[in-house]
Amino acid sequence: MLLRTRLALTTAAVLALTSCGGSSTGSTSAGSSSAGSSSASAGGDLSGTLTVFAAASLTEVFGELGDQLEAENPDLTVQFNFAGSSALATQLTEGAPADVFASANEQQMTVVTDAALAEGTPTVFTENVLEIAVPPGNPGDVIGLADFADPDLTLAVCAAAVPCGAAAQAVFADAGITPVPDTEEEDVKAALTKVQLGEVDAALVYATDVQAAGDAVEGIEFPEAEQEVNSYPIAVLAAAPNADAAQAFVDLVRSDTGQQALEAAGFRSP
Amino acid sequence: MSLAAHVVVQRGGLLVDVRLAVADGEVLAVLGPNGAGKSSVLRVLAGLLVPDDGRVVVDGDTVWDDERVHVPAHRRALGMVFQDHLLFPHLSVTENVAFGLRTRGVARGPARAAADGWLTRVGLDGMGGRRPGELSGGQAQRAALARALVGEPRLLLLDEPLSALDARTRLTVRAELRRHLAEFAGATVLVTHDPVDALALADRVVVVEDGRVVQEGRPADVARRPRTDYVARLVGMTLLAGTGRGDVVDLDGGGTVAVGEEATGPVFVAVRPESVALYLSRPGGADPASGRSWGSPRNVWPTRLVTATPHGSTVRCDLDGEVPLTADVTVTAFAELGLAPGATVWASVKASEVAVYPR
Amino acid sequence: MTTASRRRVRRQGRRDGGVPAPLLVPAAVAVVFLVLPLVGLVVRAPWSDLGAQLTDPRVGEALRLSLETATLATLLSLVLGVPLAWVLARSRARGRAVLRALVTVPLVLPPVVGGVALFLVLGRRGLVGQYLDQWFGWTIPFSTTAVVIAETFVAMPFLVISVEGALRAADARFEDAAATLGADRWTTFRRVTLPLIAPGVAAGAVLCWARALGEFGATITFAGNFPGTTQTMPLAVYLALQSDPQAAIVLSLVLLAVSLATLLLLRDRWLGRAGAGP
Repeated sequence: MLLRTRLALTTAAVLALTSCGGSSTGSTSAGSSSAGSSSASAGGDLSGTLTVFAAASLTEVFGELGDQLEAENPDLTVQFNFAGSSALATQLTEGAPADVFASANEQQMTVVTDAALAEGTPTVFTENVLEIAVPPGNPGDVIGLADFADPDLTLAVCAAAVPCGAAAQAVFADAGITPVPDTEEEDVKAALTKVQLGEVDAALVYATDVQAAGDAVEGIEFPEAEQEVNSYPIAVLAAAPNADAAQAFVDLVRSDTGQQALEAAGFRSP
Repeated sequence: MSLAAHVVVQRGGLLVDVRLAVADGEVLAVLGPNGAGKSSVLRVLAGLLVPDDGRVVVDGDTVWDDERVHVPAHRRALGMVFQDHLLFPHLSVTENVAFGLRTRGVARGPARAAADGWLTRVGLDGMGGRRPGELSGGQAQRAALARALVGEPRLLLLDEPLSALDARTRLTVRAELRRHLAEFAGATVLVTHDPVDALALADRVVVVEDGRVVQEGRPADVARRPRTDYVARLVGMTLLAGTGRGDVVDLDGGGTVAVGEEATGPVFVAVRPESVALYLSRPGGADPASGRSWGSPRNVWPTRLVTATPHGSTVRCDLDGEVPLTADVTVTAFAELGLAPGATVWASVKASEVAVYPR
Repeated sequence: MTTASRRRVRRQGRRDGGVPAPLLVPAAVAVVFLVLPLVGLVVRAPWSDLGAQLTDPRVGEALRLSLETATLATLLSLVLGVPLAWVLARSRARGRAVLRALVTVPLVLPPVVGGVALFLVLGRRGLVGQYLDQWFGWTIPFSTTAVVIAETFVAMPFLVISVEGALRAADARFEDAAATLGADRWTTFRRVTLPLIAPGVAAGAVLCWARALGEFGATITFAGNFPGTTQTMPLAVYLALQSDPQAAIVLSLVLLAVSLATLLLLRDRWLGRAGAGP
């Protein structure tokens, strides 16, 4: 429902695959209209620039929350750097200046905390589970995770090196299934694109990705997904140039408003 | 007739329209200034350029007839020599000469043997293994001639074959070319802007200017009786147009010239520079009644020296006056006259030295 | 004189001219600009990992696949691209300018978009691909064939542009001379034109091969990523970068070393031949 206008096929593919950051625009805050929810930033006295490094899967929700924070604090500018969590972790350890880091998994957050770059202990603010994405009409008649062992189907999973691939591997291991994918995609959006193009019969992606793709794909939930829930930790960074705003943003994400926005995008509360 | 051609081709602003006929064993020179269209004519004969109209017949076979017959270059039995030889740089000299035989289906061995035979004929014995880049200009042009002749073509086309060579090499290659042309049984068309090439190599000359044939004839006749300023200048003569009136010609540009033979109607008058003599004062006497000079020489005109250019042992003097002339005088005579540009000088020519022929 | 000594003489002649300062300074800056990132890779590379990386069979597989597919893509580009270059340079057909612009599109197209475009044509729901699937049971995506196609799509324009330039620079009158010697256009092309432009073809093939070897976006999109089938070195490097950046650096250097060695080897051969010309 949310953001469906952006999902013209090619546009989605291009945007997804070029994986450029760029704060999202034109998002209508349809789901999160409950403006009454209190947040710690209600004072509206924050100023300067807030820089948030966030996993690419958070692009839409965080863009929305950033707009809200800016609206409440006219002197504040919120900047986002959306990319793969590992790329962000690398950038941070290489000295990139930022106030907040939101990772799509705990591994990459550990990279940052190990480097003593985080202020305090990171908190898990949302969760994501794997879902099977199939093209509309489900041409491969996929019903569950076991279909990933069917050599007659064209199947995509994420490469083990990227978070969704690691999660997929774990899920397959738990379920005792040996998958026979045709391709190990470099990120979840690339896997989703191939579903959208109808070039694969199924791909193992996140529930949020299925949600974001709207009518372009169909999602199939499967019980084994519960074995590998993906937790998203967030932390204010030790060297944050704008620590007050950073804390305000983290609080907003964890508030009712933030959680509702995340749920609307397919995430679930921890 | 071994070659009969009518070529009409538009080149930029120039419309070329030329008819040529060459007999077997005959060498026809197409002489003309740069840009006259003569190379275009040759390219049409070769089949490398599509004409706008016309017909080309070689040995009775029509190879081009406007909309009806189009034989491409590679299926015409012709040989062509280009100005800068155009030997293929990646092939040896022997392979270059054998190229035309190989494309026409001759086996490798016989083709190379024939090529080496021709290399010997043109004086390049033992040089077949070299690359064209290792030959001198003269050697390369000899190899190019061998390459054109080895296939025993019915038509030989030479496009400025000597003009890329230095003066000394040109002399020797020209003499050799003359010998090979004499032995060649087919028709030859030679395109050149050098009258010496045309005079030395051709049986007949066609002069092309601005896309048209302006004069045609045996080389000696063309040299003796030029019909355009261009040809006259090439052969070193002054050409004047006029109307014959017995033993005098009234020039179109004013003035009269006494001539050695009777002439009537429109004529050309041609004067050789070496037959013009210069004097500081008026030579000989004159008939006070008619004002015409008499005795010998009968042609005397006052002129002004425009330029004087040393030319070997002589000095070429361009003269302006009622009758514009060019005079060649010896260096000694020029020194004795003590002339400077702008000086007034009397010019005289014997009537018997003046060539006159109908226009 | 031998070829080698002639070349030496030519080089000497060039050196006498010297390099003017307005050219020397930017040229030096350019060298630093291009080489310094490479130096960075070499300096920061964890050389101790090198042995482990090189003995990893997946690395060897990716390297082999890269070299094979890049070579096949170059051969395919030669077979198709040289004739295309000839048409662009020599034919008098209308719309050549439009054609040239069209065939160079892959140069400006982001490669991932190129990959999507290939899906739309050759994918199993693509304009052509659906019939290949229905009639012959051929599905191209996610196969080594797809890698070669993706690499060819991205790399062939480099060859075409290079060869077209060589054709334009070559003296077309040699082709006239060949025609007067009884060679039809095909014979002329094979025996005269192609040897004359051989250095340009070689340069174009090198560019093409190098581009194909480094191809990432179109390949991972159209061919996917599966070890042994479609995972070329750039894909392996990219994925290593996700989990182990140090390993990625080592892999990059392996790819770099292999490609440089190949090019240097071939370069000597080709220059040897090109130097024999006039």
